[in-house]
Amino acid sequence: MKSMSPIAWWRFELLFSDWRLFGKAFLVTLAVSGLSLALALILGMIFGLLSRSKYRVFRIIARVYVELFQNIPLVIIAFFMFNALPYANIMLSTMTIGALGIGLYHGAYISEVVRAGIESIPQGQFEAANSQGFSYFSTMIHIILPQTITIILPPLTNQAVNLIKNTSVLAMISGGDLMYRANSWAASGSSSYAPALIVTGALYFIVCYPLATAARAYEKHIINAGLVTAATEDAIVAVTDSE
Amino acid sequence: MRMIELAALTAPASESVGQALRDVFTAGNTKFFLTGILTTLELSIVVVLISILFGTILAVTRNYEKKIFGKVASVYVEIFRNTPLLLWIVGSVFLIPRNLIGSPMVRGGFGLMLYTSSVISEIVRGGMNSIHNGQFEAARSQGFTFVQTLLYIVLPQTFERIIPSLMSQIVTTIKDTSFLAQVGIAEFFWKARNVMTGMSKNVIITSKHVFVIYIFVALVYFVINFSLSCVVRMMRRRVSVRQ
Repeated sequence: MKSMSPIAWWRFELLFSDWRLFGKAFLVTLAVSGLSLALALILGMIFGLLSRSKYRVFRIIARVYVELFQNIPLVIIAFFMFNALPYANIMLSTMTIGALGIGLYHGAYISEVVRAGIESIPQGQFEAANSQGFSYFSTMIHIILPQTITIILPPLTNQAVNLIKNTSVLAMISGGDLMYRANSWAASGSSSYAPALIVTGALYFIVCYPLATAARAYEKHIINAGLVTAATEDAIVAVTDSE
Repeated sequence: MRMIELAALTAPASESVGQALRDVFTAGNTKFFLTGILTTLELSIVVVLISILFGTILAVTRNYEKKIFGKVASVYVEIFRNTPLLLWIVGSVFLIPRNLIGSPMVRGGFGLMLYTSSVISEIVRGGMNSIHNGQFEAARSQGFTFVQTLLYIVLPQTFERIIPSLMSQIVTTIKDTSFLAQVGIAEFFWKARNVMTGMSKNVIITSKHVFVIYIFVALVYFVINFSLSCVVRMMRRRVSVRQ
């Protein structure tokens, strides 16, 4: 007679016998994380710079993008692409939906981080560069962005952690990611939710925890090195509070 | 030529946006949507309030008890901050014994609360750390007990500083409740999807129906969250002026 305990050992054995399924799902999660992070960084950089443009129309475009994607749940964005777009004859694979949807969603947060980072650089540096004959573009490339990247690296890393966690939205549209695998494996088999969730939870953790820890260590380092004040860093982190 | 025009005129009325709107917003459906919105809001507020309480307990434990309980609180926060919300929702719904918590909505909400508490705990801790340590020592030297110092000196100032961040957490939580649709909990998005399934029994679902519903759902979330985030921004400006 098998034990009915939710954490009975035979349930774990069953899980380990299907390790290939979980391994594949882990790769899907990593792939979607990588693709959507790349897109989010590109979008975040573009819209972050646009929000500091001297042209009003660019600032408005950036604002609309940020507000739209920060205030609509990621779940709705994913389901819109999965359920509604096919009616307009746009069929996207779940992998594409993951990369695109999560990229667009987190791009909005990264855009705010980039904007806050640029705003934290003293105005005098823009003026000094200008008086030395730097164009707007080369001021950004050579003077402002290198400093900005240093101080936004910790909040950017936190965004990467949130992004990896949010790839679990794919589970809701049968995306074949880790969370999907855990849920469907347990639901269709022996109802072994505990082992499935413990093992997948551990897999998410081993990716996210080192990133989160590195972000904290680096933040401490740049504050101690006097590259940024704790208050400025807090203000930059605060723009991503709602994620 | 004439035939085609005629065919267009007699085509099913559901081809027009007006008809799609009428099909979607029947009296019954509208009521269904509204109850869903109410459920989402109620759930979010209750979850955030309980999470503030639990998150504060975690933060205080982590900051002032460096032995076993403090360690446990740290481990709790690290685990929840580095694993996806959906994992905790699925876990709570399927693993909490039914005779302990009967309602699936309460079980799902409990999972959301456990996760949100870890986020709020970090916000509270950040607020507490920004208060000068001298205040704590001064209060103790004036004969305040530890609990009194916490309740009368440290926590009031902490909450004054973090109220904008806590308000942002309501936005986050409203967005997060949409993950509950995955486990069949009747919040707003689940109800909206059910309207779609229900409608397919009476009318032929066209792209217009689907887009009307998705735009409506996105708009509802957007209006609620955007208004809240405007309030947050206003408060943040006021807090930073006072400091």
